[in-house]
Amino acid sequence: MQASPFNSIRLFESEPLCLDGGAELSPVDVAYETYGTLAADGSNAVLICHALTGDQYVASPHPTTGKPGWWSRIVGPGKLIDTNKYFVICSNVLGSCLGTTGPATIEPETGEPWGTRFPVITIRDMVRVQNALIGALGVKKLLMVLGGSMGGMQVLEWLATYPEKLHSACVLASAAKHTAQNIAFHEVGRQAVMADPNWQHGRYYSDETAPSKGLAVARMTAHITYLSEDALTQKFGRNLQERDAVTFGFDADFQVESYLRHQGSTFVDRFDANSYLYITRAMDYLDIPGRHEGRLADAFLDARHVRCCVISFTSDWLYPTIENKRVVHALNAAGVPVSFAEIETRFGHDSFLLDVPEMDRMLEGFLATAAETYEAEQSP
Amino acid sequence: MTSNSIIRPDLKLIADLIEPNTRVLDIGCADGELLAYLVANKQVDGRGIEISQDGVNQCVARGLSVIQGDADNDLAEYPDQSFNTVVLSRTLQAVHQPRNVLVELLRIGKRVIVTIPNFGQWHVRLSLLTRGRMPVTKALNRTWYNTDNIHFCTILDLHDLIEAENIQLLDFVPHQKNGKRLNMGVTRANLFADQALFMLEK
Repeated sequence: MQASPFNSIRLFESEPLCLDGGAELSPVDVAYETYGTLAADGSNAVLICHALTGDQYVASPHPTTGKPGWWSRIVGPGKLIDTNKYFVICSNVLGSCLGTTGPATIEPETGEPWGTRFPVITIRDMVRVQNALIGALGVKKLLMVLGGSMGGMQVLEWLATYPEKLHSACVLASAAKHTAQNIAFHEVGRQAVMADPNWQHGRYYSDETAPSKGLAVARMTAHITYLSEDALTQKFGRNLQERDAVTFGFDADFQVESYLRHQGSTFVDRFDANSYLYITRAMDYLDIPGRHEGRLADAFLDARHVRCCVISFTSDWLYPTIENKRVVHALNAAGVPVSFAEIETRFGHDSFLLDVPEMDRMLEGFLATAAETYEAEQSP
Repeated sequence: MTSNSIIRPDLKLIADLIEPNTRVLDIGCADGELLAYLVANKQVDGRGIEISQDGVNQCVARGLSVIQGDADNDLAEYPDQSFNTVVLSRTLQAVHQPRNVLVELLRIGKRVIVTIPNFGQWHVRLSLLTRGRMPVTKALNRTWYNTDNIHFCTILDLHDLIEAENIQLLDFVPHQKNGKRLNMGVTRANLFADQALFMLEK
């Protein structure tokens, strides 16, 4: 067997991972990256949770694309999340395809890739794996867990599931449940993948061809939801792609078409179609208030000691302010100390990944005071 | 952390009325000066609501829990009697529905501290009488068309509302901008005080 190109650890060998769907997984490989050094008293660990198609390379180059880490703008030595000070952990989520166990992994019993025999997972299952990982890394309690979008959903599941292991938590552009519109967009993406003849009910791993066309269409649709109408208009308007007039055909006449096609075709080089199905499903199944008869606050009753910060963006229509505010109101009603701001941006949902100075200021202040209070708590 | 032992004199008047180790909600908390003082000196569990991004960021950098929002829209989600004291300092004149806000404050808080700039003060009256234009003062320093203060009231106006709503007035502290207390009743205070503090209970 070829050695894994990823930093990874094998967990759940003696005890299987019990999933929300009822299935059990054993073992589970977790690919992860760490930056900085864990303090002797373990008090400087920060877990960053990635979004749907994100990965563990938060502050180091992606091995396939060679692009800088997805949040290297603020994570690194001397940066906002200073890896000279903090021990930063980021792991590839369960069901993904960058080294963590997922549908492309070999199923131990058959010796074949799992494909769609892989059990359906939830966001909470991802968090269970992260919890096992930080334990294996010797971290008893996290100074902070933070993430945007699906990363924020993981943060909320941390608050609901392992609050005793958190000192602070930060949720960006996220929600505690998927709405009908969220599910609808994901369903379009999944149908695009499954309509691709190369998908073959998920058994395409031994073939030359993967369902790249379908996956690219899924990505194109999803990408529109990550931007705002304003951002698209600003960036492309009705500009034509390297031509002076429309061609009265179906080529990419418009720049926006060419841009989306490019987004789709580069995505398929780095992502597995089955992983896309599984992870979008996990997000659709997210309904934390639903586990408490609609009372989201009840999920956070044991998190009263956790300092929380929630940030939304004015132009985000995928996980709009109202969904973020539901989280804030629930945390407040549960007696959890929470700060919240709706930051003005034009860039849509993707704002949390972009250079937004007001967001940086808020994160910086929140992290600094979280570290200060954690230190004060630890000294006798 | 910044030193939190000295605060603006009018905020000190509020702080002096707050019991240690209680839950406090400060609506319109600005940069968090009052809350930071209360957390440091009275060990309160303090929360804030502030409309400006800059104010929110300053509060967060002070380690406070503050939510971006305003009194007109963000009070409904708070459970009944979830705070010992709710503070609305120099903000009532800027809300759209002062009466509704006052009722909401008394639902959320066991006690409510409201401070207002007094539009009945003699300087202001004289200014309107002599100039014939809406007064612009230091405390109310914008012209009528660009001010956030859309519901000016006098001490007597607020006093009338409190009586009409059968709200109990526990304490009344008329004072000057520098925090100097004036020892007088509502009618005289209405003529002489820059500002006034009302402590209320349902």
